[in-house]
Amino acid sequence: MTTAAATGSGGSLGRIGAMLLRYLYLLRSSWPRALELMYWPTLQMVIWGFMSQFLYVNSNYVFRAFGVLLAAVMLWDVLFRGQLGLSISFLEEMWARHLGHLFVTPLRPFEWVAALLSMGLVRVVIGVVPAALLAIVLYHYSIFSLGLPLIAFFVVLLAMGWALGLAICGMILRHGMGAESLAWLAVFTLSPVSAVYYPVTILPHWLQYVAWALPSTYVFEGMRAVLFQHLFRGDYLATAALLDLILLALGSSVFFLALRGARRRGALLQMGE
Amino acid sequence: MPALAIEVKNLVKRYPNAVAVDGISFTIPRGVVTALLGGNGAGKTTTLSILLGLLLPSSGSVRVLGEDMLRHRYRVLPRLNFSSPFVDLPHRLTVRQNLLIYARLYGLRDRKERIAALAADLQIGAILDRPAGRLSAGQKTRVALAKALLNDPELLLLDELTASLDPDTGDWVRSYLEAWQARTGATILMASHNMAEVERMCSDVLMMKAGKIVDRGSPQALIDRFGRANLEEVFLHIVRKREPELEAM
Repeated sequence: MTTAAATGSGGSLGRIGAMLLRYLYLLRSSWPRALELMYWPTLQMVIWGFMSQFLYVNSNYVFRAFGVLLAAVMLWDVLFRGQLGLSISFLEEMWARHLGHLFVTPLRPFEWVAALLSMGLVRVVIGVVPAALLAIVLYHYSIFSLGLPLIAFFVVLLAMGWALGLAICGMILRHGMGAESLAWLAVFTLSPVSAVYYPVTILPHWLQYVAWALPSTYVFEGMRAVLFQHLFRGDYLATAALLDLILLALGSSVFFLALRGARRRGALLQMGE
Repeated sequence: MPALAIEVKNLVKRYPNAVAVDGISFTIPRGVVTALLGGNGAGKTTTLSILLGLLLPSSGSVRVLGEDMLRHRYRVLPRLNFSSPFVDLPHRLTVRQNLLIYARLYGLRDRKERIAALAADLQIGAILDRPAGRLSAGQKTRVALAKALLNDPELLLLDELTASLDPDTGDWVRSYLEAWQARTGATILMASHNMAEVERMCSDVLMMKAGKIVDRGSPQALIDRFGRANLEEVFLHIVRKREPELEAM
């Protein structure tokens, strides 16, 4: 009989670590890709920094809190990069036509998801932290001056990005690579209603109902409360966290149902470019 | 330990417009090398996919290494492995990185030693730090085999393993697998279109056609039963014959 090579040890954490290592190897194998992670958040921050400098002397809104636009653009990137980071790691498996190999190993779907979520976080940190540090150098504005609420905003937006990312990955599993562009485009449909750069009251009355159904809206309204009124809105945080839980449940359901559907259709061996 | 490596009962896989596997039943004892033969679309890959847990059947039961594959596949997956030239390892990672990741997924303890041993065995030591996308077909097959043997599987499923290899490399791979199987006593189930390979390696053959198992036996028994000179002629006879004629045999 075989001499079973000490299999099954390491458990879930070992397998999650293995997948995380895979994505880190991928990131390391291409420095242009790693650079691209930092490129867009930094460029956005530079543009909005100059805009803030201009508006600081021409607009009462920015004059009251110089960082209101800069903080918004960086926090928006937490949501966007969280979603994109997860989706790109997922797409790497599709592009490599690798699911057939992965799913004959002891890797459980939830372990794969845990690795994807972790990579979402890693990509956010790589993308947003350099932009935040550069904002201090260029505009003497530190997003860290938001204090402890920044951690809450970060977590809420990251979790929302994860939920969207899982739902998008589920759509790609269901509809194939034709749905790939959702990974880059879907989150931008939420940008106008998330009240990122303006108060939610600017939106038409009916659209405000949509806005208040999104965790992101509570974050950006909460951020303005901190900056303008030096007030942390715990009620906003609680509502956003609740909405995040609902979105995460929905996103996970879409993903796991799509994965089961792919097993039923035999798509795991065929899926790819 | 159960005597059967695989036990399939009334397995059906139905798609909206086709029946890929049509109520097949078979068993495969431990420690033998069995071939799954059939023309394109006969249902071989579908059957292998169900055995691996990659595909859910419409009905029927599948027991692999004594476990119900539909209910407890995570008890079985650490004990089996799979290789196919049609499913790539990630191209941008090096061979070593790929093998390290799989070693971790299988929870191996002495990963580096295990990879070094397999690299020496399969003569891939010189390409361990080359990206997997820059390998020749022969190198890819040997690397895929290294990945498939990492966990010393009790059951190895192979889908057209030597499909794109020149005769010399193909022969090397077959010899390696024969020696590995003799040493470990593992069970191998292989789908192949190479009849000479099947005659050489397999003691048992399952013939599939249109989603059904239409015959079974050792290569020599099939050759004798159909009165042909070799397995290739048997294969052509079965693939070209209409079903009622086969049932009458």
